Amino acid sequence: MESNKNFVVGVFDDEDVLLSAVEGTREKGIKIHEVYSPFPVHGLDEALGYKRSRLPIAAFMFGLTGTSLALLMQIWMLGFDWPMIIGGKNHASLPPFIPVTFEMTVLLAAHGMVLTFLIVSNLKPYKWPRQFDLRSTDDKHVMAVDLATNKLSKEEISRILKDNGASEVNEKNF
Amino acid sequence: MIAEEKYIFKPETKRNIFILGVVGVLLFALGVFLAMRSEGHKEEGHEKHASTEITKQLTASVTPVAEGEHEGGHEAKAEHHEGGSPVWLKRIFTSLWQNNIFFTGIGIIGLFFIAVQYAAQAGWSAPIKRIPLAIGHWIPIAGVLTIVLWFVIKGDVFHWTHSYLYAADGDKALKGKSGFFFWPLAAGSFPLFFIVRMVVFFGLWYLFFTWIKKEMLAEDIDGGVQHWFTARKFSAIFLVIFAVSSSVSAWDWVMSIDTHWFSTMFGWYVFASWWVTGLAVITLIVVNLKDAGYLKEFNANHLHDLGKFVFAFSIFWTYIWFSQFLLIYYANIPEETVYFISRLKNSPYSWIFYANLILNFVLPFLLLMTRDAKRHLSMLKVVCPIIVIGHWFDFYNMITPGVMKHDGGVGFLEIGLALIFAAVFLYVVLNALSKIQLVAKNHPFMEESLHHHI
Repeated sequence: MESNKNFVVGVFDDEDVLLSAVEGTREKGIKIHEVYSPFPVHGLDEALGYKRSRLPIAAFMFGLTGTSLALLMQIWMLGFDWPMIIGGKNHASLPPFIPVTFEMTVLLAAHGMVLTFLIVSNLKPYKWPRQFDLRSTDDKHVMAVDLATNKLSKEEISRILKDNGASEVNEKNF
Repeated sequence: MIAEEKYIFKPETKRNIFILGVVGVLLFALGVFLAMRSEGHKEEGHEKHASTEITKQLTASVTPVAEGEHEGGHEAKAEHHEGGSPVWLKRIFTSLWQNNIFFTGIGIIGLFFIAVQYAAQAGWSAPIKRIPLAIGHWIPIAGVLTIVLWFVIKGDVFHWTHSYLYAADGDKALKGKSGFFFWPLAAGSFPLFFIVRMVVFFGLWYLFFTWIKKEMLAEDIDGGVQHWFTARKFSAIFLVIFAVSSSVSAWDWVMSIDTHWFSTMFGWYVFASWWVTGLAVITLIVVNLKDAGYLKEFNANHLHDLGKFVFAFSIFWTYIWFSQFLLIYYANIPEETVYFISRLKNSPYSWIFYANLILNFVLPFLLLMTRDAKRHLSMLKVVCPIIVIGHWFDFYNMITPGVMKHDGGVGFLEIGLALIFAAVFLYVVLNALSKIQLVAKNHPFMEESLHHHI
């Protein structure tokens, strides 16, 4: 991806400090690139002002696709392409199609949702995730601020992060 | 910790419930009048053997076309033997029994819900557990009603109670099943085993209800965790008992109406219907209380959980419905398909058969699917009544076709009785609710529930 990106990285020891720091930094008009934490922090999404993910809508669409595909497939196979009499029922009778339809709905919804999630989260196979600070996988919370999207200078941002309780502030270039 | 809260059963609410009951009585009276009138026409037609053209037309208009009448030799013979009460009275009996079973289910689900919360050590439900507790107060009334009603209606609703079926030239299939009803007495005499089951089930349910209620209320005064642990112990034992008793009561009170038919899914089916109705009623009462300014601790997160319960068990009910339907449909064995044929091919029941699926699956599934829908009072206020009405029709279609055959219908009579039952049920539940603390005072999980966040 793009190189020479400059980030200011704040490291926090405690999730409560992190939460208030997120609010404090945003109040100062700083756009936060992302926050990394070793465990889910309740209320972090709200503090960061994230909108709800639209993934459920994608899942519904994938599910609907699965339902339609399954019904089309079965009706075409058993109703038109190779009509067979099974148990004296009509060629294309709905009740026996329901289990397959259900399974196809679940299959497409689940796989579609996982794939969509991986793609929108930049977790593609050829893509290496950026590590702002490796300790975010252990015991530290890490807040990354992209300098390119902020008007304030590096020094000012560092000071604001420090004021809001960051135990250390580093720079990171990619 | 949290402020004491008590539900006040206001005179206006009482008046509204009273009006509901009066409307029910009026509709019921009108329904009985209409049913008796059409009955008169029909008998006239039968007696005069269509001597005049007018009588013929009249008879044709009120007698549904008799198709698929012959379900088997013994069935025809039985009808000839029985005679029984006039159609309008049979209709009242059937409707009474249906409403009774429906509301019994809601009452017992009140206790079941609490027991599940204890067994699962659930924290989120702490502020609303008093509502299912109040619903559980219907259990003793349901017990008395069921036992008394059964003796009144047995001859008309329960085909298997007739002693001639067990004579030497009687019904072979029923003779095989007779032990299930009459043991240890002789087949065709007093159904001791059946009645003992009925009494024991209601006795046990009521016993566990009083025990768990005692612990819940004592907790308000004493505090500590001991009452919670004792209640959990009772809940776990009750759940085991309910697993058996809910299934067997479904066979006894509902499935044995279609005496020759059986389904291994039926216990689950009735339970699923009761459970989702109970959840919808709990949610509906909670939502209305919240709207009236009660339950300050109850927020969108708790509502979300209730919404998920209603949503998930609507699908669960559909799953059970379909599991029962598909196997019978596919196997196509006459003894089994007769149950669905009699519901699909007869005019009063076929639209209910499809409406059942739309009201209880399609609508809740689509309306409650999104997260926002489950978190808003207004959506649950729409969906919960749909589910309650839908499952009332579900029980209608389980019970009525087996008794009324071609003479059934949904008219003022049925709706009136349902409203009467609903009014009495609401009065009992809200009255019970006004006598206890609306929110548990020393519940060990209250603090957890206040911070519930999903």
